[in-house]
Amino acid sequence: MRIEYHIEGGDFSAAGGASSAVRKTLKQFNIAPLLVRRIAVVLYEAEMNVVAHAYHGTMTVDIRPTGIYVVIEDSGPGIEDIDKAMQEGFSTATDEVRQMGFGAGMGLPNIRKNCDEMTLTSTPGVGTRLEIQVNF
Amino acid sequence: MNVKSMKEALGYECLSGESWLDRPVEGAYQSDLLSDVMGKAQAGMVWITSQVHKNIVAVASLKELSAIVAVNERKVDPEVIEAANEEEVVILASGKPAFETGGELYCWLSEAKNG
Repeated sequence: MRIEYHIEGGDFSAAGGASSAVRKTLKQFNIAPLLVRRIAVVLYEAEMNVVAHAYHGTMTVDIRPTGIYVVIEDSGPGIEDIDKAMQEGFSTATDEVRQMGFGAGMGLPNIRKNCDEMTLTSTPGVGTRLEIQVNF
Repeated sequence: MNVKSMKEALGYECLSGESWLDRPVEGAYQSDLLSDVMGKAQAGMVWITSQVHKNIVAVASLKELSAIVAVNERKVDPEVIEAANEEEVVILASGKPAFETGGELYCWLSEAKNG
């Protein structure tokens, strides 16, 4: 089962919509609650990264019997230094975004902690691609 | 030890999710950083925060938190309350600063667990 969602950069009022939709689908499939919660964290953080940093992006979710495979691809400023971005506490979020409680520099670390496989690639000035896998 | 007994003991006002006050309270987490809550809060916890924008609803729903407790006299927009009702998220208002809210809730939880 493959679902694709559009994510609009800067649209905080619709943010989290894709993650919520996937969570509801997984619950219908009777996936273990702990697993659903891990996946929810991963998807939400990935979605919020697009909202907070990029212009727009897509989240493609592939649910297979063995696990969930997600690709989040955006057009945006990209990430200059991926190692730095993966460090807890590092963030390039604007003050406005931080005031909302985002930009704590915990998004990517939260993703890494809650998934089984993660590949992050980026071209500065073009965009970012994040591939995530959580096994069932 | 559910949301309803906590709400009554601590005098919170219920802003959304009146139908889900029977949810058990497993503990509490206090933070205004959304990713901190996403990373550290556990399902069934009450979340004390001064953030009242719409994104708290998604966080509470995705993490399956038992309730959000908004501190101070923070005004929660009708749009947020509507989203919370749709997503089955309980929002309570403590009417007190974060420190007092956290302290009182901590005492209530300790007493409820030991008593």
